[in-house]
Amino acid sequence: MDLLTTLGELLATPLMQRALVVAVLVGVAAPVMGTYLVQRRLALLGDGIGHVALTGVAMGWLAGSAAGLTDRDVLAVPGAVVASIAGAVLIEVVRERGKTSGDVALALLFYGGIAGGVLLIGLAGGTTANLNGYLFGSIAAVSTLDVWLTVVLAAVLLGFGLGLRPALFALCHDEEFARATGLPVRALNILLAVMAALTVSVSMRVVGVLLVSALMIVPVAVAQLLARSFRSTMTTAMVIGAVVSVTGLTITYLHPLSPGATIVVLAIGLYAVVSIVRPLFGRPAHRDPHLDVDDDVEVREGV
Amino acid sequence: MSGPDRAGVVAATTAARTEGAPPVRAEDLTVILGTSAVLRGIDLTIRDGETVALLGANGSGKSTLVKSLVGVVPVTRGRVQLYGHDVTTQTRTVPWSRVGYVPQRVTATAGVPATALEVVSSGLLDGRRFRIGRAGHARALDALEQVGLADRARDSVQVFSGGQQQRVLIARALVRRPDLLVLDEPLAGIDRESKEALARTITALHDAGTTVLVVLHELGELGPLVERCVVLRHGRVIHDGPPPRPAAGHDDPAHEHEHPHEGGTAPVHHAPDLTVEL
Repeated sequence: MDLLTTLGELLATPLMQRALVVAVLVGVAAPVMGTYLVQRRLALLGDGIGHVALTGVAMGWLAGSAAGLTDRDVLAVPGAVVASIAGAVLIEVVRERGKTSGDVALALLFYGGIAGGVLLIGLAGGTTANLNGYLFGSIAAVSTLDVWLTVVLAAVLLGFGLGLRPALFALCHDEEFARATGLPVRALNILLAVMAALTVSVSMRVVGVLLVSALMIVPVAVAQLLARSFRSTMTTAMVIGAVVSVTGLTITYLHPLSPGATIVVLAIGLYAVVSIVRPLFGRPAHRDPHLDVDDDVEVREGV
Repeated sequence: MSGPDRAGVVAATTAARTEGAPPVRAEDLTVILGTSAVLRGIDLTIRDGETVALLGANGSGKSTLVKSLVGVVPVTRGRVQLYGHDVTTQTRTVPWSRVGYVPQRVTATAGVPATALEVVSSGLLDGRRFRIGRAGHARALDALEQVGLADRARDSVQVFSGGQQQRVLIARALVRRPDLLVLDEPLAGIDRESKEALARTITALHDAGTTVLVVLHELGELGPLVERCVVLRHGRVIHDGPPPRPAAGHDDPAHEHEHPHEGGTAPVHHAPDLTVEL
């Protein structure tokens, strides 16, 4: 059986078709969010939100048990959406009040999220093993509903992320200046926080917290090495996100590996390769960057 | 009175109130950050076409004052109006596009690479404009031309020197073609030629009727242009009028800036660098 036949089979499997659609959508949309997060140096926000989302999952389970539902997973994703939006907005408020710097606020979210999750799961009568499905996802078991949810999510992310790019760029580049231009800084901040929260919470069950937060950031890290402008960084990151997602998923069809982990390792491997190879190509490294201007002091040459 | 009529009258009164309103009016402006009163009861009006320098020692509240004027730092008490609109209560109606602000900054970079053109273009946005049109591109190039960086428009600002980044930030304010230009220490850390170029740019803007408020440590290259100086000390205005002469000794070419706190005990109170005649 040659490779082409195998790939043909892969494309013919409905389960793989759905998985591929989800992988491409998340691969393209997540880096759009990620570019803004890296821009404002909040690269770990996705992961922080992921931890809070786990608390939300546990809350969903608790609520499910309390309501006497037979399938207690029903309220898990809604719980995650609510908790992660609340967490993301909270971090925005803490940051805006200036009481704590962005990275410390992130740390609080991180630890609070994971501790809350473990506590609540205990109360709900479960174990942390139940959380594994949400940490690592199960892209190999994507339902049609999951596909539609992801389509809507990707459309919203791309719509806002690309449509409001100039305004979001101004905000993430220099918040103080954005405020002085009259841009609705608070509304844009909240919009960004809510979009980040939605990205993580909606896609966590399918691709897992690990994968979605990595797909927000790692493609951007690779693109940064190649691009000079914000716009081309974002575009390159979207392409890289889609390519590593599809490649990783295809590999796991051929070999029994964790899809999420494979995609992340591929992306990071790409980063390593590009950062080593990049200096060997491209523009001459030692172009004189100095402008021809007069010195501010008089220098007698040859003394 | 019926609805539309009333609305018309309200609009007319608002227009009458804001027409001819000064670019900047601060009344009893007080800003408390944490527990420290950074600004205490500032009254300041800047009229159309004026070029005003804001002077004072480090920590006297200069930056906080300009930040509160452009709505970046919240006002604790009193009020600030730009062109007759309160920056705190009427944020949406303030004509932000008429105001250009150059923050005091050592860098124009952020986490992701961005070209000078992209950074300058972001200055075209305001409360109503979230996107940059085709004409914006040409305007951004024009603004970069004014600060002498047009040929580097497509380079990433990450590779720019400190002075070049400062000029990018100035272009970002100029691209708005502001009627009121607020600059926070624009001369810090840039070479003499750039200072002179900036002075020429500001002179041209002044001649075209732009109102300029500039925070400075010393008048320097902008000296000939400044017709009014406001001096702050401990968050209060201690001088508002023609440029004061430098404090005794500072105008002496042989004067060396030796500060007693170097190695010695810290002085309790600094003598101001400017003599003020009240």
